[in-house]
Amino acid sequence: MTALTLVIKSCYRDSVALLMLARTLRATAGVSEVAALMATDANKALMAQSDLLTSDAAAAGPNDLVVVIRATSAGEAERAVGQAADLLSAARRPAEAGGRPLPRTLESARRHLRGANLALISVPGAFAAAETLKALRGGLHVMLFSDNVPIDDEVALKRLAARKGLLLMGPDCGTAYLGGVPLGFANAVPRGRVGIVAASGTGLQQVAILLAARGEGISHALGVGGRDMSAAVGGLMTLPALRALAADRATELIVVVGKPPDRAVRESVIGTLRELGTPAVLAMLGRGVEPGQDGAITTVTTLEDAATAAIAMLRGKRWSPEATIAMTTEARIEETRKTLTARQRAIRGLYAGGTLAHEAALILESLLGDVSSNLKPGVERRHHIVDLGADEFTVGRAHPMLDPGARIDAIARAAKDPEVAVLLLDVVLGYGVAADPAGDIVPALEAARAEAAAHGRGLAVVTTVVGTRDDPQGLAGQIARLEAAGAWVLPSNAEAVRVAARLATG
Amino acid sequence: MTMIDDLLASQVRIINLGIETFAIELQGLGVPVIHVEWSPPAGGDARKAALLAALADEEEDEA
Amino acid sequence: MSIRAANRVAVERLMEGEPVLVGCVPAAEALGLTGRVVLHAGPPLAWEHACATMQTAILCAVRYEGWAKDDRAALELVTGGAVSLAPCHHRGAVGPMTGMVTPSMPVFVVENRRHGNRAFATINEGLGRVLRFGANDASVVERLAWLAAEAGPVLDAALRSSGGIDLRAIMSKALSMGDEMHQRNVAASCLLIRALLPHLSRATADRAVLARVAEFLASNDQFFLNLAMAAAKAIADPCLGIDESTMVATMARNGTEFGIRVAGLGARWFTAPVNTPQGLYFPGFGPDDANPDIGDSAIVETVGLGGFAMAASPAVAGFIGHGGLPEAIAATEEMAEICLDEHRHFRIPTLVDRGSPVGIDLRKVVETGITPLINTGMAGKVPGTGQIGAGVVRAPLACFEAALEAFGAKSLANRRAPG
Repeated sequence: MTALTLVIKSCYRDSVALLMLARTLRATAGVSEVAALMATDANKALMAQSDLLTSDAAAAGPNDLVVVIRATSAGEAERAVGQAADLLSAARRPAEAGGRPLPRTLESARRHLRGANLALISVPGAFAAAETLKALRGGLHVMLFSDNVPIDDEVALKRLAARKGLLLMGPDCGTAYLGGVPLGFANAVPRGRVGIVAASGTGLQQVAILLAARGEGISHALGVGGRDMSAAVGGLMTLPALRALAADRATELIVVVGKPPDRAVRESVIGTLRELGTPAVLAMLGRGVEPGQDGAITTVTTLEDAATAAIAMLRGKRWSPEATIAMTTEARIEETRKTLTARQRAIRGLYAGGTLAHEAALILESLLGDVSSNLKPGVERRHHIVDLGADEFTVGRAHPMLDPGARIDAIARAAKDPEVAVLLLDVVLGYGVAADPAGDIVPALEAARAEAAAHGRGLAVVTTVVGTRDDPQGLAGQIARLEAAGAWVLPSNAEAVRVAARLATG
Repeated sequence: MTMIDDLLASQVRIINLGIETFAIELQGLGVPVIHVEWSPPAGGDARKAALLAALADEEEDEA
Repeated sequence: MSIRAANRVAVERLMEGEPVLVGCVPAAEALGLTGRVVLHAGPPLAWEHACATMQTAILCAVRYEGWAKDDRAALELVTGGAVSLAPCHHRGAVGPMTGMVTPSMPVFVVENRRHGNRAFATINEGLGRVLRFGANDASVVERLAWLAAEAGPVLDAALRSSGGIDLRAIMSKALSMGDEMHQRNVAASCLLIRALLPHLSRATADRAVLARVAEFLASNDQFFLNLAMAAAKAIADPCLGIDESTMVATMARNGTEFGIRVAGLGARWFTAPVNTPQGLYFPGFGPDDANPDIGDSAIVETVGLGGFAMAASPAVAGFIGHGGLPEAIAATEEMAEICLDEHRHFRIPTLVDRGSPVGIDLRKVVETGITPLINTGMAGKVPGTGQIGAGVVRAPLACFEAALEAFGAKSLANRRAPG
């Protein structure tokens, strides 16, 4: 075994770019372990833990980029180091006008981009609150993508933002749209008359693409973070967001997406909406929510219903929940059930989007019961839903919307389980995410079905693609790739879950 | 018109701190954006970073 | 006052200093030196900690003053305490490299007309075997004697006749002509000599003396360096004592330690071991020959010139790597990350007339890890070698970290105990 180190002084790359680099290098012949990190003290400790802290790495400083490769031979290590150097120098990087070097701090960035009005912050959680504070003090609105921000910090920051009249989207805000500009992980969606206030990114994405598929568009979509509507935060951002959308001339209807809020917050939200008079759809994904319409406010329990209710209200039609499955799909369900053994009755959900995982668990709970997920503590039940974006899967690995590794491993494991009838997955397209999400997992899906077949079992792969025809990955091609591999592709997560439930139990 | 109303009505001009693909995507769409080559304050030393935070410029009306 | 407001006052004061060159008089008179004292560059230094080049220069200076007839006798005077050592900065002066100032040396007098304070620097000896690089033979002493006997008085007469030379105007103009006032001073030197020429021509009736002085002035591209340094000190000194300001007001090296002083922390030095400059070497020399960083000339970077104004001086960028305008601009942009403002008067034409970054903020240095970049000549570490090349060196981060801790202790204690 040989370990080689590449040190590039004063070289900046964000943690996602480095994780993706490490992943590429790890796939190289002969390479057994890779660390690609900025040489901060914390990262050096991490390298030491994996026995990768070479003397060169230890000597590097916090502004230096370090790549340590362990390979079976010196030649392989050298090749990998050479590849690392090539990848780093060839990498597509953000441009700076006029060939000026990029700024190193928020403050100097404001001198580079005069009139900046929003900071998009995705630094590691431990540093995110401090940077957000600087941005707010400087009078900037903030989209805070980072998670693992302590709730006390969230409250203090949102109070400051409210005092200054600024928008603070997040923490853990993965998606937003401002005046047609997609921010974070976001699909290419037309501008239109629906405003969205969302406590989550993939929830927002699901509603947005379903609206786009039916010819509606988004005016603005504001993320408020998963805890904003809790008692502790009290809707500090939700309420100003609602007001801003109501005041926005392009917005004719507001969709609110989240988990069921604290009672007092829910009353403020409804009270505010009534006062503002804008028609609204409340998509509250949780147990015990009663769908229904009350004046200009409609409550729904799935993301799919949020889109259909919004469209109905905009077009002056009555709406009621309809949990449908297309006729052609019904026929195929019958066919597929014949290929499953009597033992195969379980569903495995393997999700990149946390809210979509949550929705799947809720729908299955109401349809079948006997559901567990890694989102809630408890013993594993027959039907198990996994959010692959949870912390346990993202140590040393980028989010599943970027890195398919965790999902590929989970697919392989599920394929070996003789009780599993259905794999249920989301495939998320859009700006900022992987270049070929379908292509990344199709080999694993094909291998899984082959593995099952070799043991005399069928295996149904049921997916939904969260994408629009304008997304950079090419919606039609992504769907075709999945279908060619034998997967089902349903237009919404809710429908995919319903199909999975039918396949598992008849 | 509040500042948030103003934001929704104007061109967003973005300072990106962290994941650089966000800035690259936005540049591809022609959105005014500057990426910051950010690294943890004080080289990641938490105590020094806390001292810097305590000595940071406050608002005009906070001081 | 808040830190923000104090820094505003400090950087304004730095930008608005008006250094005017008014005379050239013996150091004893100008600095009020009594007794046998040798001033040196950098923060306070004990003899036993000084590098060989500094020690050699000190012994030569003692012999020049006539306090000892040879090095052995000089050594006894210094180690015995009969001759004392002190930083130039503590007596109102600055000196390049070893920075030797002794009572009979003539020093330029620079007055900050805005604040009324003064700063002083010797006449730059020229290139080759000189005291500032630790050369220690008869030719060095002879030249020093000549400077005191002839050059000093002639320059003084010319300066008095001129009514004073506006150094800020010269430096601003020189910036637009490719100087950065640390490694490159040729344009500034020419501008100064041109301003003095009419007055020099009338400064003495002795044509032979005048010819020797003219010869001397015409042969030294770095003549203006000492004046840039004195001007910078005159500008920066009034910033010491601005309570709550995190702006750096002094940077200096003595060949062993690098020292900084901070506006809000008064006369206190924060020191750490110096780095060794790296760059381009004269034929026959290499990295192993370089002396550790030395000289008060970092005062020039302290006011936004030198390495901070590298974008004005693409020729100098060769010392930091590939060379050329992009590297020079990148160096200035990097320094802008740690500065409070862009200079109102020192403008850089290659940056579409933006100002040079000015007012180093302690907090930003520690936050970003970006340390001030200093353009500097390189001395040989073997005493008497002289200059071996030119390059760049970084101020050590440890100075700024120590200063930040002290600032924190003071500032946060003040907040807790109001009134």
